[in-house]
Amino acid sequence: MRHHLVLRVVSKILIPFIILYGLYVQFHGDFSPGGGFQAGVIVAAAIVLYALIFGIERARQVFKPEVLLVIAPLGVMVFALVGYASMVLGGNYLDYDWLAANDTTGQHIGIITVEFGVGLTVASVMTLIFLAYAGRTRDIDDEDW
Amino acid sequence: MLELFLAKYNYWIVILLMMTGLYIVVARGNLVKKIIGLNVFQTSVFIMYISLGKVSGGTAPILTGKDEIFSNPIPHVLILTAIVVGIATTALGLAFVVRIREAYDSIEDDEIDDAEQQDMTRDLEGRVR
Amino acid sequence: MELLINVVLLGLLGITAIAILTTRHLFVATMLAGGYSLTSAALLVNLDAVDVAFTEAAVGAGISTVLMLGTLTLTRRREKVRKDFRWGPFLVVLATGALLVYGTVDMPAFGDPNAPALRHIVPEYIAGTRDDIQIPNIVTAVLASYRGYDTLGETAVIFTAGVGVLLLLGRRREEDEEAGTRRPERDA
Repeated sequence: MRHHLVLRVVSKILIPFIILYGLYVQFHGDFSPGGGFQAGVIVAAAIVLYALIFGIERARQVFKPEVLLVIAPLGVMVFALVGYASMVLGGNYLDYDWLAANDTTGQHIGIITVEFGVGLTVASVMTLIFLAYAGRTRDIDDEDW
Repeated sequence: MLELFLAKYNYWIVILLMMTGLYIVVARGNLVKKIIGLNVFQTSVFIMYISLGKVSGGTAPILTGKDEIFSNPIPHVLILTAIVVGIATTALGLAFVVRIREAYDSIEDDEIDDAEQQDMTRDLEGRVR
Repeated sequence: MELLINVVLLGLLGITAIAILTTRHLFVATMLAGGYSLTSAALLVNLDAVDVAFTEAAVGAGISTVLMLGTLTLTRRREKVRKDFRWGPFLVVLATGALLVYGTVDMPAFGDPNAPALRHIVPEYIAGTRDDIQIPNIVTAVLASYRGYDTLGETAVIFTAGVGVLLLLGRRREEDEEAGTRRPERDA
């Protein structure tokens, strides 16, 4: 992969910013377009770019499938547990009003947490799907590029 | 005349896209092409929903403190989640295509059918003997 | 102006869809599908659905194209050409399309501020987001709070689909050949 110097340098600079942008979209989703679904896909896209440029094996070392396999259900769990938390605190399932003393604050906490759970699941599932496909192909030869 | 055309134009194009997608799914034998057709169909449904929610003179449903007319946010929510679920199911479909290709060495439906027939006759012959 | 952009982008989408239908090269079809998604994202911005457009651009034009290309490297790039034109599917599609066009006669006009879908519950959601939840993005409020159950379900669906893909493709090809669930590569 020595030939793709330009690609490697450019993507090395870009990838941190793409992930940063993903985090912005995740946590600024209340105020501007965005949220867990979009943020998850953006982060996954950054990982896919990394895997395409630096090879699948290295991507597997950095983003270990075993870890991603834990994060994916964890996101769903976070979402579901927020629902139970509001039940324990006296409300209905997923009724965020009860999460804090003030209804509005409770809603804010609930929405941020739930969106975070969605983001975790989407990002890890998309990455896992890509790695599953990529694990089946032979690495692209230098001549094929 | 133009007014009527513009009032229904979105729906008609959506129907054109939808039928193109349906035709690809039904008439083309290639499995990857079928999934692309499903995606075309799916996107047409997205546009349909969003068109229904559009209000002329409205803006994106983000509160700015001013008094504004908003387009209907509910179709946006439905379609937002539908897109991500759509990619997840597309990935599942493509995974099936890959496995089918590995098992039958083909992604054309008639060739898969032939291979299946051959396998069945071979099984039957084996049982007779 | 908004209406003009709408008309042009929808026309482009129609042309792209027909091109996808007619091309026999799967690589070309995949690339056209990526362009189709990007065009539809632009159209969605024009229709005020910024959140949806965002998702469509990231998912449809990004991840989806990558997955399609991944599939093509694992399968093949050309579609088999069939000479015979089959009338059955064409007539079915034509009839369905005609019925749907007939159905649009009763639909509210595009952009109608008095459409029935806008009358029910939407004003309450907008007022509720402004007064109770107090976040600017109404779509996020509806997604995470008012329709929380839906979103929980959708997240579970994504997780399930991911598990499905891993079950189908999770093992490396060498492991599959050893287990005998995969025919070895043909020599040709």
